Amino acid sequence: MSLLEIHEPGETPMPHAGEASLAVGIDLGTTNSVVAIAREGIPAALHDESGNALVPSVVAYPEAGGVLVGEEARLVMVREPRNAVASIKRLMGRGAADLHAVAGVLPYEIEPGSGQTDMVKLHIGGKARSPVEISAEILKALRVRAEAALDKLVERAVITVPAYFDDAARTATRDAARVAGLEVLRLVNEPTAAALAYGLDKGSEGLYAVYDLGGGTFDFSLLRLEKGVFQVLATGGDAALGGDDFDRAIAERMLDERKRDGIADQVDESAVKTTLALARLMKEQLSERDQTSGRLELAGAPSFHALSRTDFEAMIAGPIARTLGIAANVLTDAGMTASDVQGVVLVGGSTRLPLVRAEVAGMIGKPALTDIDPDEVVALGAALQAEALTGGGDTLLLDVTPLSLGLETMGGIVEKVVPRNTPIPVQLAQEFTTYQDGQTAMAIHVVQGEREMVTDCRSLARFELSGIPPMTAGAARIRVSFAVDADGLLAVSAEERTTGVAQRIEVKPSYGLSHDDMADMLYDSLDNAEADMAQRLLVEARVEARRNLLALDAALAKDGALLTGEERAAIDQGRVRLEAAIAGDDRDAINAAAEALETLSKPFAERRMDRGIREALAGLSVGELESRVGE
Amino acid sequence: MDHFARLGLPAALELDGAALDRAYFAAQRQWHPDRFVTRPADERARASTEAAALNDAYRTLKDPLSRAIYLAALNGVELPGDGKTIDDPDLLMEAMETREALHEAGTAEAVDALAARSREDMVQAFARLGTLFLRHDKPAIRKALLRLRYLDKFAEEARARRTNIQRVKA
Repeated sequence: MSLLEIHEPGETPMPHAGEASLAVGIDLGTTNSVVAIAREGIPAALHDESGNALVPSVVAYPEAGGVLVGEEARLVMVREPRNAVASIKRLMGRGAADLHAVAGVLPYEIEPGSGQTDMVKLHIGGKARSPVEISAEILKALRVRAEAALDKLVERAVITVPAYFDDAARTATRDAARVAGLEVLRLVNEPTAAALAYGLDKGSEGLYAVYDLGGGTFDFSLLRLEKGVFQVLATGGDAALGGDDFDRAIAERMLDERKRDGIADQVDESAVKTTLALARLMKEQLSERDQTSGRLELAGAPSFHALSRTDFEAMIAGPIARTLGIAANVLTDAGMTASDVQGVVLVGGSTRLPLVRAEVAGMIGKPALTDIDPDEVVALGAALQAEALTGGGDTLLLDVTPLSLGLETMGGIVEKVVPRNTPIPVQLAQEFTTYQDGQTAMAIHVVQGEREMVTDCRSLARFELSGIPPMTAGAARIRVSFAVDADGLLAVSAEERTTGVAQRIEVKPSYGLSHDDMADMLYDSLDNAEADMAQRLLVEARVEARRNLLALDAALAKDGALLTGEERAAIDQGRVRLEAAIAGDDRDAINAAAEALETLSKPFAERRMDRGIREALAGLSVGELESRVGE
Repeated sequence: MDHFARLGLPAALELDGAALDRAYFAAQRQWHPDRFVTRPADERARASTEAAALNDAYRTLKDPLSRAIYLAALNGVELPGDGKTIDDPDLLMEAMETREALHEAGTAEAVDALAARSREDMVQAFARLGTLFLRHDKPAIRKALLRLRYLDKFAEEARARRTNIQRVKA
């Protein structure tokens, strides 16, 4: 645009860097998701029009067509249970073998992945969809919300994951972001992000614990805070334990009570979802009062259910005790005791339960820190990190691997190569040898987990190292290198050392997505992206138009004298029309008004240009001028 | 570059923990991949490698036993790989006796007593290690480190045994 070309150097009204695209922090939660932005070290969650920061992590593909996310999707879930899905995070990077971990928790038709890729798919809205593409819809919705709230393009994000997420789940999260059109600056562990939000706020120093009990995952991390350094000493958790399980316990109890009262229920998807929704409501009420009740109606048969806090707490005592056991192990791993801990930060909606608060405070012996909304704290920390990563900050986050990495050896035993709680990034290597004369190939199986036997760990990747020169058994020296990057993602390579035969190996993730799957998903998302695209183009048009208005204002302020009164009035009118268009939602109107204004101000721009040239030439001698003209 | 040099610390058995932390944090401030997110791919790769090397150095030097084993290796004392057979008859005998005692310990208190004794043994063995390094007595260093490594493992086993006893009780 010509208006942009007439700026004096250094007088551009808006700095160009960072203007086109902002980096946000995203907490992609099991139950709710939050997007936040930090500016100059102050993070804020982005709200919708009605002031809600939380986006329910529910995705719906309604009969009527399209994709809905959040509250609207939750409504669809009640009307059309087969077309909506919640808690998809629990299935991120999960294969058929893991389904026992979530069996019964998720009332969905799940099919194990087939062929090359093993990640499960769900039958939702009449189609098999992978957890990656469903999560991508949530991320897209968050991106659109952020763009609408900030009126800027959002293309980069720090996304948080449970510290205890394994490699497959982390990879799945990154893939989902890619499908949603977001570049992941960094995957940050949720407890670490929470500590960041607290630490910067308070300038705390010392040993802090983060107890993070969300909808579907539990994490416990110990961090040392010191002068802007956040050093994670140890972390532990359970990737399949959270508030969803409490809902399920209440739901099961209600269904049992109905059975006892002689109501013969057809417990189908719809019934389970209705019951779970009521169970969640009752659970939330029990954080506020000692007693609650609910009316459940399934297939026209109503029933009433009373639940006391005491009974509810007895129902969830087991899982809570398990979280405390994990916390105790993490303390031991770090060589610390509860009395070394200066404070414990509570994160996740489930930490609103009075029992959780009391138990955690009891274990650490100090009241828990809850000043920051436990639903928002992770996103706020992520936003701070996003700002630090793009704008340069002084904070240093030193995180660790949550789970040991190892290789399968003879007899299905795991040889640990990277122990858990190793600071990342890490690059370690281990040497192996052949066990048969003339062996030219070796199968390598990478697993993640703490158990001794391969069958008890999670399989991450299998590959074959071929082309080993034939040697006597035990003579070959095969060096397998592991690299875990700052996102906690693994890469493996191998090399035969005696001959230097390097093998480029492609690691095939056991629960990952094939390239074809990824391509399909990107393609699908383009199909469904019309609405997203429209929003995006609108934001782009606004940004561009505002930028031009600012440039015009700057030019008018400096060289307004070059215009006649009439010309000035015409430009001012065009300016008002463009501002009105920006306030509206019609992209074409904005572009048309911008073009009209540009035409109106063209003579002005030309006059400024001429004057610029005259000024540049002023004061030059004829000789100098001639030599310039001759150039 | 060896781990000590990488962190700008003297290659010594005794190391001030706070100084190690300071050196490590300062180096990570320079090299952590978070500082290179918006840099070109080759710079990012370099940072990742440097940061990984720093982490390796820090982890090795932080723990007194792994630091001692590392320093010994720098001085030409190689230990057999972890989990390999013990070739020292004295240590073999000691190991058999303490393991049996642990196996027979039926209460948490009995396990604690064994663990405490082994911790004391470790402290004494560490104290002697300094002199051995000064004398460059490689066979003695090797023998002492093998024993320390065993005692360390024994402490872990005692911990597991104690957890087991408590679990059975509960």
